[in-house]
Amino acid sequence: MSQDDQDALDGLEMTGSQTVGPFFRIGLEPLFLPVVAGPEVRGEHITMRGRVLDGDGQPVPDAVIETWQADADGHYADPASAPTPGAGTGFTGFGRAPTDDEGRFSLATILPGRVAGPDGALQAPHLVALVFMRGLLRHLVTRVYFPAGPGLADDPVLALVPAERRATLIARPVAGEPGVFEWDIHLQGADETVFFDA
Amino acid sequence: MAHDPQSVGLPGLRRPSAGAQPEYLYPPYASSIKRAPTRPLILLPHTLAEVTGPVFGYDALGPTDNDLTRQHSEEPLGERIFVSGRVLDVYNRPVRRALIEIWQANSAGRYHHKGDTHNAPLDPNFTGYGRVLTDDEGRYAFTTIKPGAYPWGNHHNAWRPQHIHFSLFGAGILSRLVTQMYFPGDPLLRDDAIYQSIRDECARERLIARFDWPTTIPMTGLGYTFDIVLRGRDATPMEQ
Repeated sequence: MSQDDQDALDGLEMTGSQTVGPFFRIGLEPLFLPVVAGPEVRGEHITMRGRVLDGDGQPVPDAVIETWQADADGHYADPASAPTPGAGTGFTGFGRAPTDDEGRFSLATILPGRVAGPDGALQAPHLVALVFMRGLLRHLVTRVYFPAGPGLADDPVLALVPAERRATLIARPVAGEPGVFEWDIHLQGADETVFFDA
Repeated sequence: MAHDPQSVGLPGLRRPSAGAQPEYLYPPYASSIKRAPTRPLILLPHTLAEVTGPVFGYDALGPTDNDLTRQHSEEPLGERIFVSGRVLDVYNRPVRRALIEIWQANSAGRYHHKGDTHNAPLDPNFTGYGRVLTDDEGRYAFTTIKPGAYPWGNHHNAWRPQHIHFSLFGAGILSRLVTQMYFPGDPLLRDDAIYQSIRDECARERLIARFDWPTTIPMTGLGYTFDIVLRGRDATPMEQ
């Protein structure tokens, strides 16, 4: 057996994570994508905005949020999701937005469709969200769902979350602003957002 | 942590070994105290949402994105270096078209960022930003200058060792990795709270680039190699 074959069996250890630090803007700003879906993308256009707050309830002005989602039909723009990749619709599904001095972020996108979950059951529409900042040696992984979204009551991932904490993963509609949702990320505290061991 | 994804019939991605990744809360790194989650994490099954991820093409890159010494009218000050390596997944397969984004301080230890108040000079010929996509063998290469060490406020007389920040996208959103590459023989590594946050010594040392003769160019600059291992998708077919 060659060394490569042996390594494939044994596997390699993932490289260790390190914080993005306070100056990530230099490297990550060229790919800031706060507009995930332009007007040409088919679907229900929405804004997902919110604040990132630390353990003292203070806004985090140096975080960056990344999101990953399906298109309106529930397809991902990744050839690996064949036979029904969403590529070609002009929608990449990837967003990246920094927080501002008040800890606010905003992403313009579309409401994702439903995608298959365990055992073929459909998941409720959601975005996968990654959170990076100084102070986080590894990024956080979470999800944000939509209020009154189809399948919310029996979403297989939400079902793993203690009932009293599920609300931290569900965005709020904003009165008087159709299509706008708010979702705050609380790093700590009574309303600490649910984060996943992914 | 009751739910094992394997036990509920999901395609599982291998999870990291204990100590090979930092914990969220690491008190010697002061900034982690108010920003690390305090509640137990919920074990996430790996559904289609987690095993897919963004795909990037060469059209995303500019012509000098991989050469940080050629982005301005003159060359930056400092020691020119060549950083190259391979991006592999945990199954020892090359990660093709992995997007790598890097950023770093200039040779004086100062970032081109309004938040950096270190009283070292800025270099008008150095931004400290680079991007590259790996080739079919997972290889990448950057030309840059060796970043300087710089002080920070973590504790009295705290200094960051020389480092380059790396951000990577592999196969699937869960392969996302942000890390830092360090340099061999740096005496500041011993007391650096960020580097030391990785408990396993072998895992820590894999963040240190190796000096490399073959990529050292005569009369031009030193070569360093830094290989990176991403999580990658499971070798078994994805569940639909």
